[in-house]
Amino acid sequence: MTLTDWFNKRKMQQIAARDNDVHIDDSIGKLWTLCYNCSSQLPKKDLENNLMVCPNCDYHFRIGAKDRIKLIADENSFTEMFSNIKPCDPLEFVDTQSYKLRQEQAHEKSGLDDAVITGTCLISGYKAAIAVMDFEYMGGSMGSVVGEKITRILEYALENKLPSIVFTASGGARMQESALSLMQMAKTSCAVARLNEAKLLYITVLTEPTFGGVTASFGTIGDIIIAEKGARIGFAGRRVIEQTIRQKLPADFQTAEYLLKYGQIDFIVERKDMKEKLAKLIALHSKE
Amino acid sequence: MSENDKKVQILDFEKPIYTIQDKIEELKQTSKDTHINYDDEIKKLEEQTKVYKKELYEKLEPYQKLQIARHPQRPNFMDYVHFMCEDFIEFHGDRHGYDDKAIAGGIAKIDGHKVMLIGTMKGKSTKENLECNFGMPQPQGYRKALRLFEHANRFDLPIITLIDTMGAYPGMMAEETGQGEAIAVNLKEMAKLGVPVIAVITGEGCSGGALGLAVANKVMILEHAYYTVISPEGCASILWKDASMAKVATDALKITGEDLLKYDIVDEVIKEPIGGAHYSAEEMSSNLKTSLIKALDEFKNMSPEELRTHRYSKFRRMGVFQH
Repeated sequence: MTLTDWFNKRKMQQIAARDNDVHIDDSIGKLWTLCYNCSSQLPKKDLENNLMVCPNCDYHFRIGAKDRIKLIADENSFTEMFSNIKPCDPLEFVDTQSYKLRQEQAHEKSGLDDAVITGTCLISGYKAAIAVMDFEYMGGSMGSVVGEKITRILEYALENKLPSIVFTASGGARMQESALSLMQMAKTSCAVARLNEAKLLYITVLTEPTFGGVTASFGTIGDIIIAEKGARIGFAGRRVIEQTIRQKLPADFQTAEYLLKYGQIDFIVERKDMKEKLAKLIALHSKE
Repeated sequence: MSENDKKVQILDFEKPIYTIQDKIEELKQTSKDTHINYDDEIKKLEEQTKVYKKELYEKLEPYQKLQIARHPQRPNFMDYVHFMCEDFIEFHGDRHGYDDKAIAGGIAKIDGHKVMLIGTMKGKSTKENLECNFGMPQPQGYRKALRLFEHANRFDLPIITLIDTMGAYPGMMAEETGQGEAIAVNLKEMAKLGVPVIAVITGEGCSGGALGLAVANKVMILEHAYYTVISPEGCASILWKDASMAKVATDALKITGEDLLKYDIVDEVIKEPIGGAHYSAEEMSSNLKTSLIKALDEFKNMSPEELRTHRYSKFRRMGVFQH
């Protein structure tokens, strides 16, 4: 290893550490949380009461699928479906750790079997089929399980003539399933094609962060594409682009606000307004 | 220029063969100069080369195949057009202000079949490569392809796509004009096409950038081509945090035609000339043409609805999970 190699490797490690830390190593102690955006120390209770949005700067902290469902669904209206679908390891993939072990760790960390929860619920009285992704399970990556569950819930919406809403949060396709995960992009998009033909409303809500294979499939083919305030959304990662074009990117590159400016999304919604906005959209598209 | 005039660039793992071949040439020259007969030795060495070649190319490791798939002289879209099509009229542009040279397409005639032929385009020289962005399309390229898909659908032309790309271009304009959306829309709209769609991975089939042209009724792959969710280098730098682990990642990702057949990702592997497609673009094109004609015949009598259902169920089955 040359000295340059050593520096490069160290730099890569630092960048990786930074990226992983940004949203994972949240807490300073158990009672206080540091806001990444404005650096204020926030009492955890206050933050939770404010829907995990910083009261000072409106920064939207990432939330898990279960919390998201609580914010969207009318009380006790959510019925989970397809929870029997669980991951396996078709390629017997091993990188620095085995995929099997990564699944176990992800399960422990997130309490989930994979990166999406699917089901039906009422949203201010309107019934909808929903899929909610969770970044805590292997970075919300899409493998066979995510692809299958999303396809099934969209097929369920088709059969039962329901509007459907998908909340994305994903680093992209799951590398440990290689081409099988790539094919989930095609599978889910084919299901959306059927919703189009049946003239059924399909809404996507892009939340922090949404990248890669999810952006390039069911994420960006909603009849309406909503982004949650401040979410980072893109196809390629910022670092890959910077390395490719050898140029620094603007600070707000790939944020919801940046995408709105470039016509890539319909509008931005703050977390506190999300439920009301979705209910309104369903109402305005309903034939009754 | 005939194909034989081009000097084939030798890959590292092929060097032993060429060392023997150089020796044969040397012996021939010596025999000519000194009038000593070395025919027996030459014959023996030639036999040896043959056996060695067979052994080497039949048991290529995934990483060696990867190098063949990326060979700078690998036949590109226009080579296949040249050797396979009786007629080809290229169509340009996305009708929204851009003509992406990384994706080419047009109406063609292959053995009497009228088709829409679309593919990613790689150059053979630096100048050509800069023009077509090394085969990495912008969103506008996918939208141009979509325009041609819709044209084919309107005029009942089967669609053939030839794919050889490192992936969709990761650039600033690409993000601003919706790289993800352009690919996603293609996936969705290809599902709706009422004409047969046949996709062939001819070299590199990397990620969504390849899939954006590959929601097909039949997906084929050339013998040494590869199809994967991420380039082995990209995978190595993310999972191993070390790009030099690319060889290990190549094995782990199971990217070869043989592996993909097992998981029903591809339907057929098309044989390449010995050593790889770049040894004879003509022979490669002929093999490809045979498979394409067979595939066209296979779907000839299906109705638009049957074709859509066929395509849907094909991708619907993909994925492995417990339930």
